[in-house]
Amino acid sequence: MTAARPLFRAPPDALDAEALRRDFPALNQKIHGFPLAYLDNAASAQKPRAVLEAMTRFYENDYANIHRGVHELSQRATNAYENARKTAQRFINANAADEIVFTRGATESLNLVASSFSRAFLREGDEVVITELEHHANIVPWQVLAKERGVILKPAPITPGGSVDAAQVEALLTKRTKLVSVAHVSNALGTVLPVADIIAAAKKRDIPVLLDGCQAVGHMPVDVRALGCDFYVFSGHKLYGPTGIGVLYGRKEWLAEMPPWQTGGDMIESVSFKGTTFREPPARFEAGTPPIAGAVGLAAAIDYVSAIGMERIADYERRLADAARAELSKINRITFYGPRDNHSPIISFNLEGAHAHDVGSILDRCGVAARTGHHCAEPLMERLGVPGTTRVSFAFYNTPADIEALCRGLEKTREIFP
Amino acid sequence: MSALPELRDLYQELILDHGRHPRNLRKMAAPNREALGNNPLCGDRVTVYLHLGDHDKRIEDVSFEGQGCAICMASSSMMTEILKGRTAAEAQAVFDYFHTLCAGEEPSAAAPPVAGDDFERLQALAGVRDFPIRVKCATLPWHTMQAALCPGGLGLSRVSTEGKS
Repeated sequence: MTAARPLFRAPPDALDAEALRRDFPALNQKIHGFPLAYLDNAASAQKPRAVLEAMTRFYENDYANIHRGVHELSQRATNAYENARKTAQRFINANAADEIVFTRGATESLNLVASSFSRAFLREGDEVVITELEHHANIVPWQVLAKERGVILKPAPITPGGSVDAAQVEALLTKRTKLVSVAHVSNALGTVLPVADIIAAAKKRDIPVLLDGCQAVGHMPVDVRALGCDFYVFSGHKLYGPTGIGVLYGRKEWLAEMPPWQTGGDMIESVSFKGTTFREPPARFEAGTPPIAGAVGLAAAIDYVSAIGMERIADYERRLADAARAELSKINRITFYGPRDNHSPIISFNLEGAHAHDVGSILDRCGVAARTGHHCAEPLMERLGVPGTTRVSFAFYNTPADIEALCRGLEKTREIFP
Repeated sequence: MSALPELRDLYQELILDHGRHPRNLRKMAAPNREALGNNPLCGDRVTVYLHLGDHDKRIEDVSFEGQGCAICMASSSMMTEILKGRTAAEAQAVFDYFHTLCAGEEPSAAAPPVAGDDFERLQALAGVRDFPIRVKCATLPWHTMQAALCPGGLGLSRVSTEGKS
């Protein structure tokens, strides 16, 4: 094998992806005879051994139900769960641990806000502003509200380049706008939204802003206080943590005024048949036994990425994605969707003459895991005028070898679909 | 990179040709049966139009409209060529046979319900058996055709092959 020209030059303090890869057991396998090139991180990320071991250790030594027991194991489990809340709080720089609500995932976080915030603050004729590039999870809950409660859903258009113009969001804001709910980073295109400008525009009118941070938290530093957002949601499984755990960050002023959305055990202050009173947030929003081990796993994942450093992760992934975009540009009749200067590790594209699903199957046979289809963003696909795209999304454990595997797979695709 | 023979088996010239240049891809002026097939997760969507004879329920004309991957388009296209002129009962028998091939099961000992070019077309399509996730792409137009054949299925049927084996 000849020494290949390096795809990009990493600075001396860059993270060591080859070493980090070894922390992820699932990456060390062959798929259809080829080393796995896992480029579907925007759908879900693989798990480091630190997460798997933290969960196993918890189940083997400290597991019991939380909050209710006076016994030792219940105390340990409660501590582990509440410490995970503090870990999440520090990770996104929330003011207090009470502002972190654990959910089953970002979709549940969004549904919680749609259900609870709307009952407290939305009346018929009030408006919720989103954008055209939202994931279905940030469209459908509002659509249901619109239908059931007469709330008006207003999507801000995307620019021809696949971005969002803060001025176009601002133009939609009226006296009836009660919430702006937008992605921090688009899952389908990788667009980093101008959230600072959007938040500034909303703040001028005292409108709260929710950011869907699913594609941001694992890939860049996130500081909710610096952002000034009122709500921030993300899933654990895209952040190298387990499935079944997610976070809703909500500023205390809002959470305190919001009613429960699910009811049951653990979220009540007292129950009698005359009436029931509810606990303060976050307990108010965590009815029933929560994903305790999930929270432990999420905290381990946060500790793991924090030890690497989010700045270093962002820097490395940007170099990797830029190198990938440059290599992909050499392929005949490739169309990219989304801004070229994305600064996110997501690349969405189509090869003219080859349907995304055929591309996906061929890539799979070459050991490359990519995602194809509408990426749960059908309105966006309709706007782009395509049935779907092929999306590759990088993580810090990806290397130039993964880019080479991707390019080989796409060359193979071009052989079949010239 | 190796030859990846199973890719060649699936994406053989016959499939690619039908995928690129689908036959009978048109809205029918006056169908007496039609159904919509939709796999929302992957975005394949086909409407199958049938014109059945008044007396013998023979498929006098069959066409489709839609969009999808090469497998779905090729399967739709080949299906229209295979079914034209067959009775509803024959179409059902061909579908059953094709389904068996796609599932990778041994066809029954009875003679296949198709021969010659039609046999080759089905064999080519059956290459999806090595790509389990893509079987739904190949079978979508067939399930849609089957729904259209059901009496009363004019425009009402909604078919999906997602979540089916």
